[in-house]
Amino acid sequence: MDLTIFLLALFDGISYAALVFIVALGLTLIFGVMRILNVAHGSLYAIGAYATVSLTGFVLSLGLAPVLSFPLMLISAVLVGVLLGGPIEWLLLRRIYDKPEVLQLLVTFAVFMILEDVQRLVWGTQPYFQASALQALGNVTLFGVTYTVYQLILLSVVAMGLLFGLRFFLRHTVIGKLILATTEDREAAQSIGIDADRVFLFTFIVGAVLAGLGGALASPTTSILPGMGADMIVLSFAVVATAGLGQIEGAAVAALLIGLGRSFAIYVWPEVAVLVPYLIMVLVLLVRPQGLFGTSVARKI
Amino acid sequence: MKKLLLTTAICVAMPLAAMAADKPEALKIGMTTFLTGPASVFGVPARDAMDIFVKNLNAEGGINGVPVEVTYIDEGAGAEALTSEYRRVAETEGAEVMLASISSGNCQTLAPLAEDLKVPNLMWDCGTQRIFEEGSYDYVFRPQGNATSEMLAAVAYLLKTHPDFKTIAVVNQDYAWGRDSWDIFRTALEVMKPDVKVVGEFFPKFGAPDFSTEISRLQALRPDVVLSTSWGGDLDTFVQQAFQRGLMNNSTFVLPLAESSLERLGSSLPAGHVVGARGDHYFLHPERRDDADFQSFMKQYKEATGDIPVYSVFHASQAFAALKTAYEKAIADNGVDWPDEDQLLAALKGLEFQGLGRSLHMREDNQGVESQLMGTSAQAGEYPFATLENIMIFDGEGLLPPVGETSIDWIKGLDASFVDGLTVKTYEN
Repeated sequence: MDLTIFLLALFDGISYAALVFIVALGLTLIFGVMRILNVAHGSLYAIGAYATVSLTGFVLSLGLAPVLSFPLMLISAVLVGVLLGGPIEWLLLRRIYDKPEVLQLLVTFAVFMILEDVQRLVWGTQPYFQASALQALGNVTLFGVTYTVYQLILLSVVAMGLLFGLRFFLRHTVIGKLILATTEDREAAQSIGIDADRVFLFTFIVGAVLAGLGGALASPTTSILPGMGADMIVLSFAVVATAGLGQIEGAAVAALLIGLGRSFAIYVWPEVAVLVPYLIMVLVLLVRPQGLFGTSVARKI
Repeated sequence: MKKLLLTTAICVAMPLAAMAADKPEALKIGMTTFLTGPASVFGVPARDAMDIFVKNLNAEGGINGVPVEVTYIDEGAGAEALTSEYRRVAETEGAEVMLASISSGNCQTLAPLAEDLKVPNLMWDCGTQRIFEEGSYDYVFRPQGNATSEMLAAVAYLLKTHPDFKTIAVVNQDYAWGRDSWDIFRTALEVMKPDVKVVGEFFPKFGAPDFSTEISRLQALRPDVVLSTSWGGDLDTFVQQAFQRGLMNNSTFVLPLAESSLERLGSSLPAGHVVGARGDHYFLHPERRDDADFQSFMKQYKEATGDIPVYSVFHASQAFAALKTAYEKAIADNGVDWPDEDQLLAALKGLEFQGLGRSLHMREDNQGVESQLMGTSAQAGEYPFATLENIMIFDGEGLLPPVGETSIDWIKGLDASFVDGLTVKTYEN
């Protein structure tokens, strides 16, 4: 393998990792704070993509500039977070925080199944494609290989921005500190006057916005069709489990590991590319069952 | 006296009534099709078309006065649910004929089941060539071609239009169809153009959302030809991503199923790439587009769905035509009001019928002989998506192995002269 091929595989791996990381970030944030593995995260991702495609299609049909698709991504993501994420936490999850984990998993799985059918009802079964955002940014050529600026640069920049933004938000703002305090010990936080219900609601909405944003950002690069959410939840779960549940920086490292592993596999041994994310997960979990960056927690009785 | 006459009349009429009872109130048929899942890009259009065929036939009075009723079974529900539904529709609901299926895997499960249940089954859309090559059936018929004829037509068209290419790479979905179709394609290339080098073989997982890495790899490899037998969302994504990154300027794409994606791909499928249609299926079929039945169906379909029909609609039309023609033939041959099962099966043997494409016939092994249409994409401006030019329609006969031979063994015995021996008609567009 010469240096060019190595660099090409590196670029591909990074842009793939960026997208997976954005989705995994929301999943791991929700788990870190609320101790709930939200399977419906995959649906929120898919609906974010569908909403972006519909909104962009509508705006373009009015004859407006394709650049507008960027703010529309953000709008779609916020809509998904507030209109779907909010009610899910407020109406359902709030009632099951002290129930067994299996039940919590089943409830979010049920929400996932319901939302999958909702997508089919609203958007049908035919694939959608809306790439105007990606085309608006053009291409760059590196070592004779053409990349889209959108996938290679924009996605990586957004992923980095989100990583550092979220770090800063949690450690250096009041709301962030409230979230960390609630995460550490919910009862103690409540006893000093923190409204844990509101913190949970807020966290869940932020997580859902991140899922929607992942879908919105993915939408110009891929066909939007039923089932895309299921694939993404499996992959982002692999990232989150490899990193250790609730580990934000760890998720970034794990996404990179998995993204790079996959792209190098396609260059070297394409037959195993599909397996790579899960092989990495299994290997990591065999050695460190709590994940790369996870800490073993003493069980509270 | 009046009473006596009436009684006599009833007594005379009785045996007639008894004979007419053989004619069912409705001809019930069951059809398996994907209503959910990725393959619903084929299944839903086929169902919509079937509804139109049935409505039109019933408006004309059905088959010999018997209206047709279809029950649809969703193939997307999984193999287990599918077989039990199939059994229920064939046995409990009393469907006289079954149409199954789209997925080759499902055909391989349902063909033996149809044989067990003794229900005539028309394999209306699945591609696998194995069914009649590895087994023999009395109740199973295929009113369409198979993977062998489809892939050989693609190879023949490629060799006729791009005789000088030296390298090829493949990007197929990682499941039975993606692997089997590449097997046939590669085997044919090896004997017909042995100097071609295969520089890359990629089998991304079924439903993969991203082909960026494969595309980077292909850009570094620079193959003359990129083959992909993918379909649905996978094909759309692959072509869009390849188009966005300029790969389609450097390599000629050969896309044997792209007819079904033309409308969705819009301007993302540039001119100059090879498009196939799994048979002679094209909404501007050069030999059929001026025919009244073709035009009136296109109009009805457009009104019902807003889309142009894709190949699965043509396959449904062929299965429906085979069904209708077989009943009419059995009724005429036997001079009955309604045929029994043996009479229907006898009529299906060697049947000639015509759907929306060219006319077809069944071989003695129940495999249909279907013409194959291939073309080159062109952005002519008449539609907001690519249409075809330099269209070739190959006769189906030369594209199938002789009865009793398996495809791969037969192809291995072919050579470069095969392409010249095919009967083909060429149209500008």
